[in-house]
Amino acid sequence: MAKGVRDYKRRIRSVNNTMQITKAMKMVAAAKLRRAQERAEASRPYTGKLQEVVARLVAMAVQAKHPLLERHDPIKKVTYVVITADRGLCGAFNANIIRKAIEAISQDERPVEAGIVAVGRKGRDFFRKRGYNMQGDFINLGDKLDYTQAREIGQFIAQLYEEGAADEVYLVYAHFVNAMRQVPTVQKVLPIETPEEITAEAEEFAKFAPDYIYEPNVEEILISVLPRYLMSLVYHAMLESKASEHGARMTAMGNATDNASELVQVLTLEMNKARQAAITAEIIEISSGAEALKKGGK
Amino acid sequence: MAGNTFLLEVVTPERIALSEEVKFVVVPAMEGELGILSNHAPIVAGLKIGVLRYTQPNGEVHYMALSGGLMEVIDNEAKVLAETAEHGREIDLLRAKAAKERAERRLAERKDQISYVRAQMALLRALARIKASELERGGYSGY
Repeated sequence: MAKGVRDYKRRIRSVNNTMQITKAMKMVAAAKLRRAQERAEASRPYTGKLQEVVARLVAMAVQAKHPLLERHDPIKKVTYVVITADRGLCGAFNANIIRKAIEAISQDERPVEAGIVAVGRKGRDFFRKRGYNMQGDFINLGDKLDYTQAREIGQFIAQLYEEGAADEVYLVYAHFVNAMRQVPTVQKVLPIETPEEITAEAEEFAKFAPDYIYEPNVEEILISVLPRYLMSLVYHAMLESKASEHGARMTAMGNATDNASELVQVLTLEMNKARQAAITAEIIEISSGAEALKKGGK
Repeated sequence: MAGNTFLLEVVTPERIALSEEVKFVVVPAMEGELGILSNHAPIVAGLKIGVLRYTQPNGEVHYMALSGGLMEVIDNEAKVLAETAEHGREIDLLRAKAAKERAERRLAERKDQISYVRAQMALLRALARIKASELERGGYSGY
């Protein structure tokens, strides 16, 4: 016999419970996404301005030297800072970032050794399990990122670079487009280079501003500014990844909620059919019983 | 009044802490305080942990605690980029004083190099915040 009405009822209740959880997670992700976006927005003036200043300093003070500007030669060790989430339940978000990192490593045709600095538990667990060269990890960063965390990570990778444990450093994170779309991105951060259009602008500026004053001098300013620039890049990438994570979770949980409500509909229909079948069977039993009595009575 | 004010912006990774026309600003540059009036020559200055003070067009003076960074002045605009910046009136004086005592205790412990340097920085930040807060309230006791 087909499943009884009670079985369906139990099943529907369970799916409904799951749906309530996914719905709540979706709403929470939506709220957190908005906050993460606001933070990313708020960090933009700082990062943008710092980038301009660095570009101008580098363009105007060509002779100035700093370990973070210096190119290493030959390049033997390349470090990837992979920024993932600490938690799952956000669709293919973590998998996409990890895949991007692996892709970048395998596409590098130079004879280099790849190292991983994992930011976020999901990335750390993945790369550690597969025996990658782990240079460091930062986990349990929480939903409320602050600049101090980025500073720590920035200091850490600057140190790797200065000690020669890394000859190039890349960030791998999810660029946030909207809640439905996050693009895994690889960005080179060390040695420090500024984007071309900003460099061109800065060089143009340098021609007309020979009387720029440095207080106390270019070297001191580079020492103070370059690590901060690196940190601001890390901070920016972390904020983007965080917004992407919440966006991905919101979408994933929205889909889960839709699927669950569809399942409830299907199950309700099946349950009604089963109930109808049971009633029909009962009526047939009664009427055939009555029929039998009638015949027997004669 | 036109001509003797300029735009002062104080920007941190978390927010734009200040953006207004001012007459005069003094920042804690690496080699001492540095005052900027309008139409200053282009300059980039490294900043240390300390107190920034600015004078509004109406003559009012306000104070902010900065935790290092840099300032750039071009085209009559002064931009201060700092890791943190707090208005004197926002600062919780009791907390700042507690932070100062904590840092002093850590310094007295003299554990290892790194925590020593960290405690030193924390102490400087706490002192800057206390100073900015007390100056803003007009009751600077001096440290």
